[in-house]
Parts: sequence; C-alpha cells; structure tokens
Amino acid sequence: MTTIENPTVENGVNVEALLGAREAMTGARPAAQFQWRAGCEWVHGTHAATTVQSFFGVGAEQSHRQAFTVDTDHPEIFASEDNGPTPPEMVLIGLAGCLTAGIATVATHRGIQLNSVKATIEADMDLAGILGIDADVRNGFGNITVRYEIDADATDEEIKAVVAQSQKRSAVFDTVTNPTNVVVEVV
Amino acid sequence: MRTTTVVIVGAGQAGLAMSRCLTDRSIDHVLLERGETANSWRTERWDSLRLLTPNWLTRLPGWRYTGDDQDGYMAARDVTEFLDAYRRSFDAPVESGTTVVSVTARSDGYLVETDQGPWRCRCVVVAAGACSSPKIPALAAAVPSDIAQLAPIDYRNPSQLDSGGVLVVGASASGAQIADELRRSGRDVTLAVGDHVRLPRSYRGMDIHWWMDTIGQLDERYDEVEDITRARRLPSLQLIGSPERRTLDLNALAGSGVGLVGRFAGVSSAKAQFSGSFANFCAAADLKQGRLLDLIDEFASDHGLDAELTEADRPEPTAIPAPRTELAFSEITTIVWATGFRPQFPYLDSDLLDHKGAVRHDGGVMEQPGMYVLGLPFTRRRKSSFLDGVGPDALDLSGHLVQHLESVSTSRRPKMAG
Repeated sequence: MTTIENPTVENGVNVEALLGAREAMTGARPAAQFQWRAGCEWVHGTHAATTVQSFFGVGAEQSHRQAFTVDTDHPEIFASEDNGPTPPEMVLIGLAGCLTAGIATVATHRGIQLNSVKATIEADMDLAGILGIDADVRNGFGNITVRYEIDADATDEEIKAVVAQSQKRSAVFDTVTNPTNVVVEVV
Repeated sequence: MRTTTVVIVGAGQAGLAMSRCLTDRSIDHVLLERGETANSWRTERWDSLRLLTPNWLTRLPGWRYTGDDQDGYMAARDVTEFLDAYRRSFDAPVESGTTVVSVTARSDGYLVETDQGPWRCRCVVVAAGACSSPKIPALAAAVPSDIAQLAPIDYRNPSQLDSGGVLVVGASASGAQIADELRRSGRDVTLAVGDHVRLPRSYRGMDIHWWMDTIGQLDERYDEVEDITRARRLPSLQLIGSPERRTLDLNALAGSGVGLVGRFAGVSSAKAQFSGSFANFCAAADLKQGRLLDLIDEFASDHGLDAELTEADRPEPTAIPAPRTELAFSEITTIVWATGFRPQFPYLDSDLLDHKGAVRHDGGVMEQPGMYVLGLPFTRRRKSSFLDGVGPDALDLSGHLVQHLESVSTSRRPKMAG
C-alpha cells in the first residue's frame, strides 16, 4: 500500500506523506477533524475582499505560510467595477482546483506520469433566479460541465479512472453536488 | 446448565457449513437459531427473489445442488428447502426459536445466555447472517410521515404497496430488482443511484459468475487484496437471477421507464434532493466493469478459449440523461431503502466491535481467543457471503478452532494441577 508502482513518476505530489497522514489519522480520528476559515470584508459596491490564513487540523492551530486575499466583484455588465471574479466563478475555481489536485494525487499514487492536465468548465445559470423574475428558477448553477484534456503515460481507460476517483475523493465536488447545512448568523 | 464445546449463533448457510465441519471433526456443538433453519431466506426475502449465482455454484461442505437445472437460479423458497435438506443430511443439532442474549467470556470459555436458558461452551462462532439488519440512512427521519418507508427485508411483492409513486434508494441487486418489479406493476418508479457494481448477466456466452469463479476472482483472499476495509464495503453486484438470464443494469431500467436520479442526499422544503454525482458513479461503474471484462478476455486468450466463445461484445456505456436533482414528496407514497445491511451484534461485548458496531476480526478470527465470525462480506474470500463461498471459510476456521481447543487444553493442564 505504501509502495509506489513506478518510482520514476514525478508529478510533484508527495504521496508517501499523504499515505502516512491517512494511516496516522486512521488510528487517531480526532486528528482528522479540520476547520477551514475565511474572513470577508466589504470594500465598496459589490466588491468584497476575502482573506484566508489560519485553520485548525491535526489537533492544533495551523496557518498558511502567508495570508491570501481574493477580491470578488461583478463585471461591468452588472454596473459593477469588476475588481475580481464573481463569487460563483470562485466556486468554479474551487471545483477545478480541487479536481485537478485530486487528479495529480491519484495519478501519482497509481504510478501514472502526467504531462499536461487542462480543464475547461462551463456552468449554466438562469439569472431569472437571482433577479427574482421567476420563483421556479434556482439561484445557483443549473448544470456544471468540466472537460479535462489530459496527456499522461497511461491508457484512456486509466486516465478516465483517475478522473473518476478524483471526483469520488473531492471535497469541493462533494460540497457542490450534495446538500450542505449552512448557518448564517449576525452577531 | 447445558454444556457443549462450540456454540454456533445462527443456522443459515454459514452456521450449517460450520456445523458440518465440526461434525466431520467429531466436535460437540449446537446451533442456536432465533427462528428456524435458513430463517432469513424463509422470512425476510421478497417473493420473486432468486439467487444471483447459478445453481451449479451452490456448494457447501458435503452438500451441493443436484437438480436438473444446473444453469438456473434458485428461488428463495428453494434455498430454504436446500438448506433444510442440508441440515437433515447430517442431523445438525439446531435449537430453533432460541435468541442469543449475551456472550460473556469466562476463565474456561464462554457463557451464552439465551431466551431459552444459558449454555456453557469453549468456543463461539457468530454466523448470524450479513443480510438481516438493514442499513437505513439517518435521512429517513426527515421524510414526511405520510410516506410509507420499508426495507427489502419487509418487501414481498408490489401488491403490498399502494399504487402511488415509489422512490427506491440504492441500485445494487435489491434496489434494481425491486425498482424493476414495481415499474412492471405499472407504478411510477424513481431509482436513486449511488455507488454500484455493474455487471452483465453473461459475457461471451457464459454466466458472469462462471467467469468470476473461473478466473479466480471469487477466491481472492482477504490478506491479498490491497484495501480489505474497502473490499468489505463494496456494494452487492447489480444482477438478477431470472429464467431468461437478462441483464438488469441502469440502461435496462431506464428503458423500462424507471426514472434514474443521483444518490438520495437531502430533504428540503417537502422535496427529496439527489446528489449531482450520478454521472461519476455511472462512469466509475462502467470503467470497473470494463476492467473485469478485460481480465476475462485476457484469461480467455491465455487459455485458448477464444474459438469456443462468442464475440467479445461489450455492454453499451451507461446512458446518462440529465437527471433531476429534486423530487417532491407529493409525487410518491412509498420509499424503499435498498441501502444495504449493517449486521447487528447486540449480544457481543462492545470491546469486540469497532466504532461503527462491526465485529473486529482477522479473516473471521475474532480478538477474543475461541471466538469466530463467519458469513460476512469478504470474511476470508471475495465469495465469503455467497452461498457457495462460506464453505471454504468454515473449513479454514474450523481448523483454527480445533487448534485453539488443543492449545488451550495443553496449556491449561499444569494450571489446573496447580
């Protein structure tokens, strides 16, 4: 389980460390309890700045090596200043980043050398939802399509299996495809 | 107090196989059975159910199918008769109507309390069946109370349900078969599909179980697979045993008008919500089926079988429509939870169970010396929970049990003298 089939694979993923963490957390389940955090501040108009830095995991406070701030806004077509991606686009960024990281990890674990991985995402949205035009239309995406083009030292079936496994183990894919309880409070 | 050497909990296929092995080794034992022999097959299976495995693949220690329909699939009531005949063939000491209440370790073995009085014994074999306690998700509690909910062990036939729409949750053998039967009865049926194992009924002219048996897949051992926890969790095969040997996959179900949706994931505003992961589960099941068929083709070619077999015609990929992600509860009157089983062991000490209530064991050998478990998925082999698969496990574990009895009596002698 901890040996890698093809030691010449170099995708830049430290699979041994991940497998070690998996084994350690199997025996110490509280260590697997993580909390992710973000702080958001309204800037102006529809522009907001959201920062991530601290998180909790492996039984202790943790930190990114620096604070990362992302600006979100809306494009000029919505009479906004377009200071950054729209929040729904941030969801797509999260989904693509998560699936792609998963592909690299699973491929490395399976001894598959990746040469290039490219994805395009299309997400359909009917604005009649968020604009309150039609109560039967949902606010969020109606459909999301992710298309991967992958060049790897593997058969098509092996590549498809890596992509399937990446979805099966993706936090963002799960969050997007399954209901999640959300509590929004005002303090 | 009654005394015996081995108490076997359960008189189904696993308990009887162990009983036969112990009989062959002249070891005194008793089978404590909550109902009658083959109780689950007798009382907890729907009317139309047939085995997923062909009749010839029904072999137990000292017993096998000897009828005329070697390639057919036995109906559940015939399985009951088959196991009853097995019990009679060696006069298995079954105590019917006896429910085990607790098993307690004593210095000289175990005390087994039952609702018919206690037994003292040296060893205990838990063979209470893998398919008697349905695993129903917590989500069930959020379903409106006017919707009837049942598990496959309570389902008999379509006439038991009212004529409204039905949501069947789970697309393994039980869910696929029940959805198919309810759809044929004229009902609107929606099938919620999560992880599943897709297989054609036959491939290149041979039954898929003939292939899995022949290429050795069913004999894969628990100490040889890469991830045994995962292997034990695999859903049952999406198959049906029918006289016409048909394949019952999602394409067939969609073709007969069953509405396919993703995994039942939530309840909100009087609606059931389904996961958007449907396409991935289908893709993964198709890929996995393809890998098995590749192995079969490779085996056929390596063994020079190609000339005798029909073409390697692969099943069509699962057609994935854009599934709906919601279903209003007003559209259905019944939910069938075909979401698998979680065996319960209320009579065992919690120290012997893991944090999910499953028995901790290494190939059927439990942590407490002299205790064994038999008949659970992948106990020792991929086929452990199959009627045909429990025999080799019973042989292995009865051997271990005999060694245990011998080592205990050897080590105990000086102590007793002192």
